[in-house]
Formats: sequence, C-alpha cells, structure tokens
Amino acid sequence: MTIAKLGYTLLGLFIVWNWGFLMGAIFRKIGARVSGRIGIPFYQPWINFFKSVGVRTTITHGVMYYLGPVFRLTGGIGLLFFMPLIYTGDPNGMWTNFSFEGDLILILYFQLFGMLGMAMGAGEGGHPYSAMGIARGLAQHAAVELPLTLAILSIAIQYDTFSMYKIVEAQQGGFQNWVLFTNPFAAGAIILAMLGAMGHSPFNLVKAPNEILIGPATEYEGTYLGFMQSAGSILHVMEAVLFMNLVFGGATSWPELIVKTFLIYFWSVFVGMVFPRYKIEQSITWFFKVPLVLGVLAIIVFSF
Amino acid sequence: MNEILDKIKQKYNAEDVTVQRERLAFVTVAKDLAIDAVTWLRDYEGFSHFVMMSCVDWMEEGKFQLLYLLHNPDTKIDIGVKTYIDRENPVMESAHHLWKQIWTYQRELHEAFGIDFPGSPRVDENFVLEGWDDIPHMRREFNTKEYSEKTYFPRPGRKTYDPATYMQEKLYPNQPVTAKRKDNDK
Amino acid sequence: MSEKDMNSKVSEMLARSEANAKNSGKKFVRPEDEEREVVAPDGSIIKVNPIYDYFSGARPEEEKPRNGIVEKFLNWARAESIWVLGFGTGCGSIEIPPLVTPRFDMFRFGVQMRPTPRQSNAFIISGYLSVKTLKRVIRTYEQMPSPKYVLALGSCTINGGMYYDSYSTINRLDHYIPVDVYIAGCMPRPEALLAGFGKLKELIKAGKAEKANEYARNFDWYKANQKKIVKDWNMPDYNW
Repeated sequence: MTIAKLGYTLLGLFIVWNWGFLMGAIFRKIGARVSGRIGIPFYQPWINFFKSVGVRTTITHGVMYYLGPVFRLTGGIGLLFFMPLIYTGDPNGMWTNFSFEGDLILILYFQLFGMLGMAMGAGEGGHPYSAMGIARGLAQHAAVELPLTLAILSIAIQYDTFSMYKIVEAQQGGFQNWVLFTNPFAAGAIILAMLGAMGHSPFNLVKAPNEILIGPATEYEGTYLGFMQSAGSILHVMEAVLFMNLVFGGATSWPELIVKTFLIYFWSVFVGMVFPRYKIEQSITWFFKVPLVLGVLAIIVFSF
Repeated sequence: MNEILDKIKQKYNAEDVTVQRERLAFVTVAKDLAIDAVTWLRDYEGFSHFVMMSCVDWMEEGKFQLLYLLHNPDTKIDIGVKTYIDRENPVMESAHHLWKQIWTYQRELHEAFGIDFPGSPRVDENFVLEGWDDIPHMRREFNTKEYSEKTYFPRPGRKTYDPATYMQEKLYPNQPVTAKRKDNDK
Repeated sequence: MSEKDMNSKVSEMLARSEANAKNSGKKFVRPEDEEREVVAPDGSIIKVNPIYDYFSGARPEEEKPRNGIVEKFLNWARAESIWVLGFGTGCGSIEIPPLVTPRFDMFRFGVQMRPTPRQSNAFIISGYLSVKTLKRVIRTYEQMPSPKYVLALGSCTINGGMYYDSYSTINRLDHYIPVDVYIAGCMPRPEALLAGFGKLKELIKAGKAEKANEYARNFDWYKANQKKIVKDWNMPDYNW
C-alpha cells in the first residue's frame, strides 16, 4: 500500500514538474504576446534544463552553497509529499500523497524552507547581490506570511481542523461550499498574499532582473541552476495547489487541477503584466495594509 | 560683459582678450595669477559654475595652454581663463580647493599630458588608462599609430580606402572621377 | 557637505594620494589586495592573500566531450538555448537591445540575455575593445562555465576597424580570447546579429564550437598576449 502510494506520489511529482515547466513557458509566452512578440517556444524550459545539466565545468563555494538548491528542491517536494493533490473521497487514496492530521502546519513551514536554504547557499556564494536579494526575499516573505497565516488559521478555526484533506473535503459539493464564499475575508487575504508568494511583478524585487542581476541565484550555474529551475517550477505549481486546496475547493481530477492551478497562476501573471515592480518597503507596507486587515477580520469573525 | 573684462584687464593684467560671442569671452593671464583670477571670478563676480578645464599642446612653442571655463548662472556669461605653462617642466598650481570636480580634471590632465598639480587629491591615480608606462598619450610627440602597431598585433593586409573616391568607383563606375583622393592615409 | 567636512576629506585624500605615490612604481595591486598577515579578533595571526583566496587560480583544463548520442543531444540543447551575457563593451552594445523588441525578437530562437557570467554560455564582444575593458572581458570570459562561445561584433574586433591606430584599443580579438563567430560590419545591424546566432547554432550542432578547449590548450600563448598589453595585472592568472 505504502509502496503504491509512494509510486503515485513520485508520478505526481513528475507531472507537477512538467506542468510547472509548461506553465513557466506559457507565462513567458503571454508576456511576449502582450508586447507583440512571438516569444519562446513552449518547450524552451526543458531545453534550458538539459543544457544546464550538461554544462561541463561547475564550481563550488562550499557545502552550504551546494545545499542551497537541494533545500529549495526539498521545499517543493516537501510541499508535494504532504499535500493532497486530488480529492478522491478516500483519505488514504492514491493522489492524497502523505497527507496527515495537522499537515497544514508542516506545509506552512515547507513554504519557507526553500527560501531559508537559498539564504544559506547564497550567503556562502559570497556575491553581494545574492545577499541583497535574499535579504529582500526574507523581508518580503515575512510580510506575506503574516496575512497568509492569519487567513489559514481562520480557515482552521472555521472547519476545526489542521488537516488539509479535511479542509478540501469540507469544500466539496458545489462552488457555494468553497472557502471563497464561506469565508470571504480569509479568501481575500489569501488571494492577495498569493501574489507575494508567487514572486511575480510587482513583488519580484527578490530576483529584480536588471537591478540586482538575478538575486539569490547569481552565483549558481550548471547543474545547480538546472535543479533550481526545477525547484522553482515545482514550487510554483505546489503553491498554486496549496491555494487551490485552501480557497478554491481542491480538485477532484487532474484536468480540474490543471485548469485551477493555471487560473491561479495566471492571476499573479496578470497582475504582474499590469503593475510594475514595487520597492521592498512599498511591498511590505502593501502587505501590512489590506491583506493584513482582511486576515485579522477573518480571525475575528470566526473566533466569536 | 565689457565691464567684467575691463575689471580683469585692470586687476590681473589680462592680455589677448577675445570676445567670441555676446556672452562668451576668453582672457589670457599669467601663470601665477590664473588661480587668483578664477577665485576672484567665483567669489566676487558670481561665476559659481565650473564648466570644464582643458589643455592644448603647443608643441612648437614649447608650451601647454590651460583653460578654465566658468559660467555665471545669473547673467549667463561664460568666461574662459587661459594661461600658458612651460612644456618641459609642466607644473601648475592646483585649484582643487575651488570646486571638487577639478580633482578629476586635474587627474585626467596629469595622465594625458603629464602636468603636475602638487597637492591635488588622488592626482597620481590612474584615470582611464590602467598601468600606462609610455609617455603621456595626449602629448603631440606621442605617435599613436606606431604604438598601436608595436603593441596590438595589426592584421596584415589591411587596406584603407578614401571614402569619396571608393564610393564613386563602386556606385558610378562609368562617370569620370570627380572626387579628389586624399593622401593622408596609405 | 560643510567646509570642515570637505577639508577633512581633502586631507584624507591627500594622505592617500601620497601613500599611493609612494607605493606606485611597478606595483599595481591595491593595498587591500596584498598578501599580508591579519590579526584576528581572538589574537591569532592569519595569512591572507585576497586575490587567490577569493578566486581559483588554477589552470583551465581541456574537457573531453561526452560520447556519441549524449553529446549530440547536449549540443542540440546548447544550440537551442543560447544564454548571452549582458555585457556591452563598445558601440555595438546598442545593437543588442533591439533584439528583444517585437521587430527582431531573439527569444523565438532560444536566445536570451542573462545577467551573470555564471549562467551564460555566449559572450558578445560588441565592437571596439579598450585595454581597460579587455581586462574585464578576460575575467568575465574565464568565469563562464565551459561550453562557451564568443561572438565578435563589428570590424573593430577583426582588424581594429576605424580605431586601428588608437593607443588604447586592441586590433585583433582572437589573440586574446578565442572567437567562434565574427559578424563583420560597422556596425552590423540586428539582423546580422541574428544571422550570427544562426551560424553559431550550426557550429554547435556540428560539434565544432569547442573554443573553450582551445583556450585551455593554448593557454600560455593567450596569457602571454594578454599580459603584454594588460600591464597592471592585479588578478589571478586564471579567475573563476
């Protein structure tokens, strides 16, 4: 049983990895079409990945430098391992992965895990822009976490559980049962905090192309970079899945998951296409205004 | 304009006063008085903006000509204070205390012409050329073509055409050649 | 800045310039980069040599391509994903920005700009190259990971172009770093640059773009040429 479950989880990982690459390509393609270009071919991320892995010389700056991408990948895979992908009605079913009672707290931790790993790896890489990028990243992430955690706690209070599976289960039976409609304050806080978690413009100061090179990844090359791209794509999909499970009623089949994650991802892309980049103090104050107020309201409404 | 030129003439014994335009004039003063004149223009006549500082190499006369160009933002008048210094022993009083940008100008002139400005901050540091070990490159006795051929592996078989004649031969081969070939390039 | 501050700054600068004048001569290593002994906070004495502590000074080695179909596949991937380092050396760098506009759009050929040498595998030397820039170009080129390609843009990189008699610009780029593709012109238009990328792709797919290994093979010759003109050599012989 466990072996079969592990097999399904790994298969899910493979699908999510590919879907992440494709989604990244679609994002680039939309950006190109918005500005009137043809844009990259949709299979470009895979080529980039194989090229990066095929680089002949690689350098290392030490153990933590090596562990940076590993931590990031672990963050993505950890999110996937302990989060139900597809709701099938069976708590031990095949696509629920290794979800358990109280997995919500672990998932919240894994969300930050990759960033922490990158902080250590980038620190050992020694490039000043890496340090700048990661400092901004952690600052912004702290600002994102506050409304997000408040909203998630509100949902936990609402359904009286810390199990992701039960939260998804409670939202089944029509869109009127989604958290989006049963707990609009928490949903609003999550939808706004999601923009920061996805890290697209206007909240892409962490990478800030043209300004601080490429941020934390400045010193990474070759295989490290390839694995960081993979980790990035997995994290993007898994964060979309997290928000889908929390707010938009989960998914009951793969096509539903694909459509919902794409729409969630597209929401951040759409905002990114329209709004230019925030400075770090602007983005932090932004998260401390409307999203934080919504999160506090969500807690207040469901605590009493 | 004339008022100020008269004042300079009286005070600093300025020669060779050229009024270029309505609001642009050049005066030549002695080497010892040049910085005095610039200071006086800045402090008493309102020429608070330092436009630029440059140098001309008068090789045949054995002199360098320094130019301090000043601007008065109220009256919109520019005055260039020129002075001659000896080419063999090029030392000039430093003006770094007047405007900070003069540090950089003097550093540049030190590198390009070898003019020394004693006391000017960072004047010995490299400006654009790093580790230059030949004679200063803007002096006219420095032969840049020879230096380039000696240093930079010129590609053999390089040919230079005179653009006017070459284009005429290419585009209108049947017409008689009207453009005259210049023989400054071989 | 008040006058007092400025005066103190001036005197500080004066002291520095005097120290520099004393140290100058034939030494170009900055004082903070010199090999020296430092006293650590706990009182122990540490020897530091910043130039070699931060960079690997090891010689590059030739790296053999992998076997058969694997290398062919990787070459195809490398050709279809050319990451160009965003480094403009001369006037030709103004021809690169149009490539990302709708009119030319290099992304459809798998060509992208990359901000750091660690992640890029193609280097456009865009036009004339002064000695000062050449020093940075060498450092950057050596930091790029191994299958790396150089496109030389404009006639300045071929024979010096209109700056052939200048005291500060080099004449032939291939004496200092190996060049894969030359794009002639003064300046070549963006279309020519795209054609150059096409040529580079052909070379990579045919397995002929192994100039990084050539650099490692003729390392001594390249270094001798570089050191002949970069007179203030204050960096390791090979900087990763």
